[in-house]
Amino acid sequence: MSGSPTYVPKSALGRWFESRLPIMGLVHSSFVAFPVPRNLNYLWTFGAILAFMLGAQIVTGIILAMHYVPSATLAFASVEHIMRDVNYGWLIRYLHTNGASMFFLAVYIHMFRGIYYGSYKAPREVLWILGVIIYLLMMATAFMGYVLPWGSMSFAGATVITNLFTAIPLVGTGVAHWLWGGYAVGDPTLNRFFSLHYLLPFMIVGVVILHVWALHVAGQNNPDGVEVQNVERDTVAFTPYATIKDLFGVSIFLILYAWFVFYIPTYLLDADNSVPANPLVTPAHIVPEWYLLPFYAILRAIPNKLVGVVALAAAIILLAFLPWLDTSKVKSGKYRPAFRIFFWLFVVCCVGLGYLGSQEVSDTTTWIARILAIGYFGFLVVALPVLGLIERTKPLPASIADAVLAKTKPAEAAAPPASR
Amino acid sequence: MSSAAIEKPNRRDFLYIATAAVGAVGVGGVVWPLIDQMNPDASTLALSSIEVDLAPIAEGQIVTVKWRGGPVFVRHRTKKEIDDAVNTPLAGLRDPQTDQARVKKPEWLIVSGVCTHLGCVPLGHEGQYDGWKCPCHGSVYDTSGRIRQGPAPLNLPVPEYAFLSETRVKIG
Repeated sequence: MSGSPTYVPKSALGRWFESRLPIMGLVHSSFVAFPVPRNLNYLWTFGAILAFMLGAQIVTGIILAMHYVPSATLAFASVEHIMRDVNYGWLIRYLHTNGASMFFLAVYIHMFRGIYYGSYKAPREVLWILGVIIYLLMMATAFMGYVLPWGSMSFAGATVITNLFTAIPLVGTGVAHWLWGGYAVGDPTLNRFFSLHYLLPFMIVGVVILHVWALHVAGQNNPDGVEVQNVERDTVAFTPYATIKDLFGVSIFLILYAWFVFYIPTYLLDADNSVPANPLVTPAHIVPEWYLLPFYAILRAIPNKLVGVVALAAAIILLAFLPWLDTSKVKSGKYRPAFRIFFWLFVVCCVGLGYLGSQEVSDTTTWIARILAIGYFGFLVVALPVLGLIERTKPLPASIADAVLAKTKPAEAAAPPASR
Repeated sequence: MSSAAIEKPNRRDFLYIATAAVGAVGVGGVVWPLIDQMNPDASTLALSSIEVDLAPIAEGQIVTVKWRGGPVFVRHRTKKEIDDAVNTPLAGLRDPQTDQARVKKPEWLIVSGVCTHLGCVPLGHEGQYDGWKCPCHGSVYDTSGRIRQGPAPLNLPVPEYAFLSETRVKIG
């Protein structure tokens, strides 16, 4: 029941419109007839989950902006006003703050999926780089959003992140003053962060459109990492197969989201941010939001300011070069036994760095963070290039259909995919 | 294509270059105000100095005052704190500066309260040297506000200030 591969308008009005603006045909070919590999697992539903989260953040964010006041003297009170006075304000704010965390949780799963299955390899390099750009924009948006409530942790976060620029030789301090609009983080900083926090999500939407476009040019990668050879045998239609599966994935994810919003809405927030910002006092134990902790740990692990900032930037920028750092021709980790071990060590390094980033600084945490940071960079710049040259990979299946049918009984193997 | 016959520049080439040059100046002229509007504005620049009354600050006490939107520490140092600062050998310092170069009167240390690492406000009377310790990334300053440990690269800067009288100081 995959329907017609090309869009045929059913009404006269439809035909009239399609000949003038063929947008329904574009939707049909992109989201209805589009062939998706038949072996996709649930890790491939995170694209849809992320699209949903982006929409949810934009809707809740636009509503919050109707009640929020971007002024150093009024911002904190306006957030309290949203929480106490505005009808359902508490719900909309908790959806937005927890939504940011859910968005990052989904993007991290999406990224680790991409790394494990080699989704960045040819012909999907541009697709991957667009993803890294979206991730950078997400971090910038989330950071500026965290500043808006103007609590003491907002203020400390804004101070520390903008001060990263002072590590630049010669012009660093001037750049920081330019970012602040003053000699310290203050009212002008809050105002421009609000303006940009409203702008950046729409830039994310723009890059997401390019990301989906690039995806539809190259086609989706899949758990076996072999390209589609025969559309009839190897793929199913996006609608209903992927649409329904994505909806189911989104629904399960919504349960987790709702659990956070309704049962533990402040679990991921910091108590210090319930204290209004005070430029003369920094909270005793400052931590960024959880999704930035691994990078924060890398920054803290290095005793030199400039090198620390460069390492922090490199940890993110290097991801864009993964298509060329990974020298293996085999895409999927399923057929790369040695890569698999290093991949999971990489995951351990990331999670470990995240944990250490949340802890107070001590000699022990610093040393463990250094070892894990070496592991993080070692995976990207040593393990990936070298593994591709020396690893003995397992034999790849001849096609996606062969990989799927090998798992089922021989009697079913003869059946065409459409009847499954 | 014909081989490398170098043509003499003609009037068309001149027009292209002249147009591009004027266009670049025009774009620059339009872009600069859009960038410069983010720099500290006139009202921020106007808040350039404050006066602090030193009389109520007891020996050993550190007072934090707000100057240009950020903290400045005014520290009434004890004899021991002054001696510690003066007797520190310069060889071991990351950003070598004598204590004398950082104060106008030895008992009054006036330094910026912004950590030179990433801008947090260090806590007074903390750390190995009893100067300041930054809660964010563990930078340690001595009783002269000089960096001794941790990731910060520089000493706490000394702002411009002048004693108006025995008990009054103007910062900025």
